[in-house]
Amino acid sequence: MRALVAMSGGVDSSVAAALMREAGHDVVGVTLKLWSGPNGEAPTAGCCTVSDSEDARRVAAQVDIPYYVLDYTDEFRDGVVHRFVRDYGSGRTPNPCIECNRTVKFDRLLNGLADFDSEVLVTGHHARNRHVDGSWQLHRGMDRAKDQSYVLSMLTQSELSRIRLPVGELTKTEVRSIAAGMGLRTADKPESMDICFVGQRDYRGFLRDAAPEVFEPGPLLASDGTELGRHDGIVGFTVGQRRGLGVAVGEPRFVVRIDSASSTVVLGRRDELAVAGVGVDQLTWTEGTPFSGQVMAQYRAHGKPVAGTLHDDRLLFAEPQDAVAPGQTVAFYDEGRVLGGGLIAETFV
Amino acid sequence: MIYLDHAATTPMRPGVWEAMRPYAEDVFGNSSGVHDVSRRAKNALEEARERIAASIGAGSREIVFTSGGTEADNLGIKGVSLNSTPRRGVVTVVTEHEAVIETTDFLRRHGVPTSVVGVDRNGRVDLSSIIDAVDANTAVVSVMLLNNETGVIQDIAEIASAVEEHEPGVLVHSDAVQAFSSEEIDVDNLGVDLLTITGHKFGGPKGAGLLYVREGIPLEPVLHGGGQELGRRSGTHDVAAAVGLATAMEAALADRPRFRSQVGQMRDDFEKRVLAGVPGALVNTPEVSRSSHHLNVRFPGVRNETLLMRLDRAGVAASAGSACQSGASEVSHVLEGMGLSPGEARESVRFSFGWNSTADEAMDAAAIVIDLIEELR
Repeated sequence: MRALVAMSGGVDSSVAAALMREAGHDVVGVTLKLWSGPNGEAPTAGCCTVSDSEDARRVAAQVDIPYYVLDYTDEFRDGVVHRFVRDYGSGRTPNPCIECNRTVKFDRLLNGLADFDSEVLVTGHHARNRHVDGSWQLHRGMDRAKDQSYVLSMLTQSELSRIRLPVGELTKTEVRSIAAGMGLRTADKPESMDICFVGQRDYRGFLRDAAPEVFEPGPLLASDGTELGRHDGIVGFTVGQRRGLGVAVGEPRFVVRIDSASSTVVLGRRDELAVAGVGVDQLTWTEGTPFSGQVMAQYRAHGKPVAGTLHDDRLLFAEPQDAVAPGQTVAFYDEGRVLGGGLIAETFV
Repeated sequence: MIYLDHAATTPMRPGVWEAMRPYAEDVFGNSSGVHDVSRRAKNALEEARERIAASIGAGSREIVFTSGGTEADNLGIKGVSLNSTPRRGVVTVVTEHEAVIETTDFLRRHGVPTSVVGVDRNGRVDLSSIIDAVDANTAVVSVMLLNNETGVIQDIAEIASAVEEHEPGVLVHSDAVQAFSSEEIDVDNLGVDLLTITGHKFGGPKGAGLLYVREGIPLEPVLHGGGQELGRRSGTHDVAAAVGLATAMEAALADRPRFRSQVGQMRDDFEKRVLAGVPGALVNTPEVSRSSHHLNVRFPGVRNETLLMRLDRAGVAASAGSACQSGASEVSHVLEGMGLSPGEARESVRFSFGWNSTADEAMDAAAIVIDLIEELR
């Protein structure tokens, strides 16, 4: 099989490339150049720094596959960074890494497979896709602690049929030990946690530099409408946030609601954070058929799945949930199998 | 592999490596030393310098050995902008190599008046716009002889004499890195005061270059230290590299008439075949003075990054723009300078031929290019 491996320079995609090569496939490695700062400097954090692409290049040489760096900086800026700014400006909490998967990595590479003379796209995600009775299913990875099926929940049949996830069958410990056994330089490399274009600083600092116009001052209100203070922009706040609110009222206060139209941030007690359900948009179904009924829903990348009932585009939680932020992805599961996912458009109490 | 990226670098010509080898092994001495093995190294170095000087019509004291083209460009421009004379300014052209563009920008950031002149659609600089940019503050005008991405040739002799007439005392530097294989390089005929050459573009070793500096021009060094090269460039000499450079220059000089006709014919045949086989293909440098061995061509609707990857997999090596550190191809500042949009620049590919290219390779590569583009469209 002719396989295009998306190599981030981390251990998972290194091992994915090595395993495909070992299995005798015709493998090509690529790293996507996604971001450079205003002066063209490469990112220093996140999944695609210059040193990461150097690691990917060296691993590709070691496992003896051709390797290329593809420049998707325009697509990334327009599809991911601009949206990140826009979402925060409208009171939502975006997940740029998922957006990057959706609009850049999977979209561009899958659509380009023929141009790259490849049949399948291989990534280092910890998730499994299985071909069962003529249909593709997406499952959580073998290593539940490292499972990344949540960030792949937007994939559908046509995509899943052209994606291979070899490390999803392994635990992270096994991945590292395979890498060490092959002498890959990435065997002990720490995982990247930062958003690549934000880096190690606060995302607010990035927004302040990149889009000062989205900072519009407004009131900090208690849930009964009393003004508790002022803020310099709703983009500084996320639903569920407790620290750095800029007011002290004696007992713990949380951001319970953000209203972008009036630039208002509403603070309340923990019990006011609870939401009964969410409205979901951009819904997709891994196996094509819309699902209604009892599901397990996961609404944070490393959150625990919770029980709920899905009806059309509304999800009602079995128990009220805290800190559910519009803009985040929600993924639906049946046990370890991903049914589909979407973006949280609104919450209701 | 069919190698059509000779403008990036080219293999050593026969005999060069053998000529260098004794100076890495037996005659390993430091050319500044006092003993026999050093004297022999020094002697080889000076002999190489004489041979090099002769092949560009210069005197041997006018040759400063450098680590290559980038260092020679840095030394040529900084060296006369920062020297003891009152003139500081730099005038250059938008399509220059990064070694010149970034050196000029470095000086600008440190307070030197600089001016970057544009080019026309054909990549040619307008003489009057250079003259307009030159004033009593100008130390040096730097114009590339033969463009690395497009092969466009500027009339350096005409520029040098116009600058001299307009503002005597202004020096003229030319980056001639791409030119030595095909163009006659005589520093007096060109009328230049400073000239950059590097070995690995015409069959010499990498890491071996030179700056020609006309006698009498005070040059502030960029590398300070032991005072080698008459104080103009410090650092222990790489005698093997100098010998390799001299050997390759003589070989390239002797081969020049054949190179122009035969390699030029290969490029022309390749170009004709590709233009006939790819509907809509456009040469980015029409109707101008262009080198015999470069072809910069645009294939509308095909992203160059994808084409280069597919060509590589099919065994054809070519390039686009200049590669950044990560290896991603960036939009060519040369093509943008000529008025192409970033999208058009991203559809453009450079094929460059060299001393060991063959007619069969050129035809085979053309067929591969035609097939791949049909598939990618």
